[in-house]
Amino acid sequence: MATGQPDERKTTYREAMREALREALRADERVFLMGEDVGRYGGCFGVSLGLLEEFGPERIRDTPLSESAFVGAGIGAALSGLRPIVEIMTVNFSLLALDQILNNAATLLHMSGGQLPVPLVIRMTTGAGRQLAAQHSHSLEGWYAHIPGIRVLAPATIEDARSMLAPALADPDPVLIFEHGSLYNAAGELAPLTAPVDLDHAATRRQGTDISLITYGGSLPKALAAADELAADGISAEVLDLRTLRPLDGEAIAASVARTHRAVVVDEAWRTGSLAAEISARIAEESLYELDAPVERVCSAEVPIPYARLLEQAALPQTADIVTAAHRAVD
Amino acid sequence: MSPAPGTRKRKTPTGTDAARAEHRRELLRAMLRIRRFEERCVELYSAAKIRGFVHLYIGEEAVAVGVNEALTADDAVVATYREHGHALARGIPAEAVMAEMYGKTTGCSGGRGGSMHLFDASRRFYGGNAIVAGGLPLAAGLALADRMRRQPRVTCCFFGDGAYAEGEFHETANLAALWKLPLLFVCENNLYAMGTAIERHEAQTDLALRSASYGMAAWAVDGMDVEAVERAARRAAESIRGGGGPHFLEMRTYRFRAHSMYDPDRYRDKDEIERWKARDPVTRLLDRTREDGELSERKLAGIERRITEEIDAAVEAAEQAPEEPVENLLRNVTSGFVEAM
Ligand SMILES: Cc1ncc(C[n+]2csc(CCOP(=O)(O)OP(=O)(O)O)c2C)c(N)n1
Repeated sequence: MATGQPDERKTTYREAMREALREALRADERVFLMGEDVGRYGGCFGVSLGLLEEFGPERIRDTPLSESAFVGAGIGAALSGLRPIVEIMTVNFSLLALDQILNNAATLLHMSGGQLPVPLVIRMTTGAGRQLAAQHSHSLEGWYAHIPGIRVLAPATIEDARSMLAPALADPDPVLIFEHGSLYNAAGELAPLTAPVDLDHAATRRQGTDISLITYGGSLPKALAAADELAADGISAEVLDLRTLRPLDGEAIAASVARTHRAVVVDEAWRTGSLAAEISARIAEESLYELDAPVERVCSAEVPIPYARLLEQAALPQTADIVTAAHRAVD
Repeated sequence: MSPAPGTRKRKTPTGTDAARAEHRRELLRAMLRIRRFEERCVELYSAAKIRGFVHLYIGEEAVAVGVNEALTADDAVVATYREHGHALARGIPAEAVMAEMYGKTTGCSGGRGGSMHLFDASRRFYGGNAIVAGGLPLAAGLALADRMRRQPRVTCCFFGDGAYAEGEFHETANLAALWKLPLLFVCENNLYAMGTAIERHEAQTDLALRSASYGMAAWAVDGMDVEAVERAARRAAESIRGGGGPHFLEMRTYRFRAHSMYDPDRYRDKDEIERWKARDPVTRLLDRTREDGELSERKLAGIERRITEEIDAAVEAAEQAPEEPVENLLRNVTSGFVEAM
């Protein structure tokens, strides 16, 4: 399809997510959305705007500021055969529901000897870059990726925002979807959905031969921009979008490193104990002899994310940092 | 074959004396069964046959048994880590509970849960939760599902006075009252959260009073009187089924044993324990049935004998049951995939 044809649609990440929600609500009457301000307000980030009018307050359910209670209620409703989608405003606030997510959603299937699967989807925003200061800016999805029993998704593209929700709802186990706050306004063309998307595999967003930039979520645009700059310097960078943080697609990581023999891991979380640390360890375990240079990591500085623009930008992984790290590995 | 306790249809005791006598014997049998089961657990624990944290319900049997009378097989139950009584009253076979205590593959949680995590999806028994108050939000969700589907079912959650101090209780109470959820809160106020007496952990110790402020019906019940418990639970459950929203019952009860098998129980007077033992719910009902000539010694001996036989068989079966093979370690982490070890 050529660009600009009427059957291609210009849309945003936010609208794509809303479209996915609308479709899920239409397709299955067991599906409902609940969270703080998802109804009247239209969603704290505008994702669910208009859904209340279409589906009514039973299914687009505003909740009190009670993260633990409404996440737990989502678990109970899922146990009882419904298909709840719970929205938590940001990952920072999800900590008030961590007990429910970790001690109930992730463990009930196992503790019950397989009797109680929890088909629940929890969506939340993550990440920094909008000067919201420390309590609204952290990237804790790696913590959740630490937990067996749940699936952790990080849609980085408009396509994934549109297409990951349906398979997440079809998954019999709890699925956490992390939407990076800086992505909502990302605009682009969205081809109509054809086949269902799989949640087990990473995606190569750009082919390359000299180095692998391994990333996910809000860092993907930065990695792609870095790849452009590197290309101008004559370095061919491959960009691997993990898409699913648990279970990690270890094979895709190993295959990419086997092609390029160098890797930069880009992760907006803090470096210490991060998902980037896990990926680096896997490369060391499985691909050490493929490597022509030490694995590089580009992560956030070890500081609560500051408010001041300059400081915030300095704390976060930037395109220039990725380019520099890639040069270190290649040169 | 008579249906398992807890799965039987609700039966309102008729006014006739014979029916009342029969019903009282049934309540007594159910309480004795829990007590004898747990007494056996003490022996098995001392013999190192069962391990982990084991929290006994002895003294509180009237609550699980009385409340269960008001529930049907369609209702849901969410319990705590002190849940042998709830599980047995709900109709989970003693054999499956005992095998779980042994960690055997035939246990009601496949050996993954142990004493604190008994589950039975077929009986809508959703734990077995060892996080104090952690089951309450989940219970709200079960009730929410029923409300959204317009099903006249009740979700009953048991929890202690200690749990009352957790935010999860208050969040859930607010949500349940706000959304008029068909939820029955059964607070087992045994006056202690581990070693901390209620006056030392609650600013206002009248829990029914506080709960009423959420806009739900709430009242206190003598938790040592199984018939009083049953009456209160029935009244609450009927109101809930009729669309009356959540109800809160504060069961004033007492545990005769220590908090868990590890607890030396240094924080309570012996006098206090003796005073409560004088109100033992089993003895109380026994006395009542004897006074009213409803229970012969021969009948009582028969009840005891059948319970002993059932528990003996459960222990024997647990002893013989196979262990889950270690190859299955990573089973049931997710439904869909098994991650590499
Ligand atoms: C969230 C949490 N905090 C602390 C504990 C440790 N703990 C286990 S039982 C208990 C006391 C709970 O008392 P109560 O709710 O009154 O129940 P009871 O044991 O009296 O039945 C405590 C503090 C826990 N399991 N979970």
